[in-house]
Amino acid sequence: MKPSQRVNITLTINGRDYAIAVEPRRTLADAIREDCGQTGTHIGCEHGVCGACTVIVEGEPIRSCLMFAVQADGKKIRTVEGLADGETLHPMQQAFMDHHGLQCGFCTPGFLMLAVGVLEREPDISDEELLDVLSSNLCRCTGYQNIIKAVRAGAKEMRHR
Amino acid sequence: MNEPTKFIGRSVRRLEDRPLLTGQGRFAADIYFPDAWHMRVVRSPVAHGRLVSIKPEKALAMPGVHAVWTYKDVAHLPPIGFRLTGLAELEPYRQTVLAREEVRYVGEPVAAVFAEDPYVAEDAAELVEIAITPLPVVLDASGPPGAFDGDHGTEAGVIEKKSGDIEAAFRGAHAVVSLELSIGRHSGVPMETRGAVARYDAATDILEMHGAAKVPHWNRDRLALMLGRKPESIQLYEGHVGGGFGIRGELYPEDVLVCAAALAFKRPVKWIEDRREHMVAANHSRQQHHRISAAIDKDGRILGIDDEFFHDNGAYMRTHAATVPDLAAAMLPGPYRVPAYRARGHIRLTNKTPCGTYRSPGRYESTFVRERLIDAIAAATGVDAIEIRRRNLIDKNAMPYDLGFGTLGTRLVYDSGDYAKLMDRLLDVADWPAMRRNLEQRRAAGELAGAGFAMFVEKSGLGPFDKVRIEMSPTGAIDLITGVASLGQGVETAMAQICAETLGVDYADIKVVHGRTDRIDKGLGAFASRVTVMCGEATRQAAVKLREAACTAAATLMQTPVEALHIVDGAIMRTDGSGPSMRLDALAAAVGGLAAEAEFTSSHMVYPYGAHVVQLHIDADVGALVIERYIVAYDIGRAVNPMLVEGQILGGVAQGLGGAIYEEFLYAENGDPLSVTLADYLMPTAHEVPSVQVVITEDAPSPLNPLGLKGAGEGGVTPVGAAIASAVDDALQWPGAVTRLPISPQRLKALIRRSARRPGAAMPPGR
Repeated sequence: MKPSQRVNITLTINGRDYAIAVEPRRTLADAIREDCGQTGTHIGCEHGVCGACTVIVEGEPIRSCLMFAVQADGKKIRTVEGLADGETLHPMQQAFMDHHGLQCGFCTPGFLMLAVGVLEREPDISDEELLDVLSSNLCRCTGYQNIIKAVRAGAKEMRHR
Repeated sequence: MNEPTKFIGRSVRRLEDRPLLTGQGRFAADIYFPDAWHMRVVRSPVAHGRLVSIKPEKALAMPGVHAVWTYKDVAHLPPIGFRLTGLAELEPYRQTVLAREEVRYVGEPVAAVFAEDPYVAEDAAELVEIAITPLPVVLDASGPPGAFDGDHGTEAGVIEKKSGDIEAAFRGAHAVVSLELSIGRHSGVPMETRGAVARYDAATDILEMHGAAKVPHWNRDRLALMLGRKPESIQLYEGHVGGGFGIRGELYPEDVLVCAAALAFKRPVKWIEDRREHMVAANHSRQQHHRISAAIDKDGRILGIDDEFFHDNGAYMRTHAATVPDLAAAMLPGPYRVPAYRARGHIRLTNKTPCGTYRSPGRYESTFVRERLIDAIAAATGVDAIEIRRRNLIDKNAMPYDLGFGTLGTRLVYDSGDYAKLMDRLLDVADWPAMRRNLEQRRAAGELAGAGFAMFVEKSGLGPFDKVRIEMSPTGAIDLITGVASLGQGVETAMAQICAETLGVDYADIKVVHGRTDRIDKGLGAFASRVTVMCGEATRQAAVKLREAACTAAATLMQTPVEALHIVDGAIMRTDGSGPSMRLDALAAAVGGLAAEAEFTSSHMVYPYGAHVVQLHIDADVGALVIERYIVAYDIGRAVNPMLVEGQILGGVAQGLGGAIYEEFLYAENGDPLSVTLADYLMPTAHEVPSVQVVITEDAPSPLNPLGLKGAGEGGVTPVGAAIASAVDDALQWPGAVTRLPISPQRLKALIRRSARRPGAAMPPGR
């Protein structure tokens, strides 16, 4: 595609502006990774099933493989790189470590952003609803048990903050 | 063995987690080199056919496209060879990196496009025009063989395992129980697709490949052979790996292509697989059809087992060659005494994606078959299935127990085990009699609820060697370098624990370096649940040597006899606690660093074992299996980190459930794959996987290594299909109802309908 067919957009990722030129068809996931260098967001299926690419856009967890980068122009995006406060892990990250909620770690950023995104909006979500939410992402290593434990513990910690 | 430990046996947190939690992981797609070209593979859209022509002109005309390769560009590369169980008769069935004259499955690499950008490469790949004349397809491995090529049929070989006098056993039998059983085609499907990035550095004449996994050294050596280079001139790098499960890290056509292209074009070449490609191009596994018979005496004791099975290996023999059918045949007897045994496995080629191993290869399949057979013996004799198992279990006093044949180049000798004790422990934890009574009442009230039980023997710790070097730099930094690999299991943490315990330092101070062919000359990698056993013992030995070297050096400096010194919390001190001590890093600085190396060799595998109990009910309206309880008992010999062992088992159960209920690669009659997205290949989510109770026992440490270690990687998955099948039978009160996996909703509904028509059957609710 010729440079002239690219669109100039600005993605605001974790509080920093990235002025980039992308083809209209470029997925947000590719733009975050390739154009903005934030490779913590992983691509697992590119068809919206696995949730590995989940990021938070304007407070809402979304699958960045199903959104075009141009649709996120000017929007506030949060990725896994923005969760920790310096060396201090976000309570959800800490809970995943404490409860062995990850093995290979590939799906982890997606689960973290999904859980954090939902819990920030609904801190008192019921266990049953939380299970519904978590069943929207796939993990192939953990059998989910420790992810569920970790998210419940992280949720508790987030409420106390 | 029971002295208090600081690290071994403790559920310490993982050293691996922080970068993975903060988005700092380095997976294959995260490797960038400036000016890299991107490869897109053009794949066959036809299951079987003759290649008539490939026209790349339109693709080459696209701006940004640099090259298109077809077979003639890689004709100098030999087919990919065998890593394990490589029988000579299988060699004609090896895969070339691009199709030569025929295509044999949908997804077979036919051409490779190289472009400046992955989007451009994908666009261009669609413009490569391929003409193929279709040929008849073979999709049923248990039917009559077809033609592979002019000289070879689709039966590539036959695996045979034998012990005892099978004819005599069946002649003298009180009864014979026979079954015909099938296991569906499924696979590991890791969350990270495959990827490879190659770069040639002309200044050093080194070819690098990033994105390696599982077996970096073997792949390096094989790439060297294929590319005509010295092994030292190729280095493989394993970064983070998004799940392995047997399928990732084997040498695939795409790995060879990126390396050959980086050499040819003198440009970095990057290939990242997309999910659709993964579903048709990465190894499948499992698909088998068994015809099995048991000869039994009047009490249901097994006199002999005779099994003939058909292994569907897909279109080619890949690196695993005969490994999966060989393991299926060898491990089928499991924890039971089988005085006479014969298994014949037909290795068949079909026009589907080629196969390799998937977590618990051969054992998921043969455990399903064997445990179905044991349940059938119980039904035939009218003896309770637990009692039948008890009568046939190998006694602990019979250990070590030699099965009379081998697999993976080793003789199959169970090293240790108390199977009856583990069975009793699990039944006790499950409160089995109460569970059964309760289920009976529920069934009487019209529910379709049941319990299943399955037992198994696993194998682990495959040799013949692994090597570890521990280096302490003059600054005191400790590197533990190994040729094994990490696929997410927690290898770094477990090895650091063993090293720390032995050396006398904190486990968090040890940096485990793996998957680097430039840091250690050899290593066998991560498969067959081998790492904790082989690398663990090599680590212990190397740490013992380093501790001795440190104490010897300190003895001079501290003017103390070496035998009076030991290392505690990173300080060398007198064993009686008196006098001065010296920090290990101070010693390292004083002597200019220390290093020790050890290689552990082993000609036998070690055999952990376990049993699973499941309680479930059937939702007859939708054909759903609802799992209410799931309990795993597993004897690991000795658990280095119980949290990690449990994690392995939990993940294994989830994958086992996938294969038992949901996952299957299906094909249309013309060989078109029907399961090409994660929306039609259904993996369990947090909803489907129940909370699993794990009981880890250490009744039978392995006598084959000083720590008593056995592997943890596969016991979670092995008997899941068998246990679920047994529970479904129980729920339907129909012994032998389940004859194939997965028990998908359609198949379950069909079973429920047939069950209702059986004489004397209770009507399921709502029917």
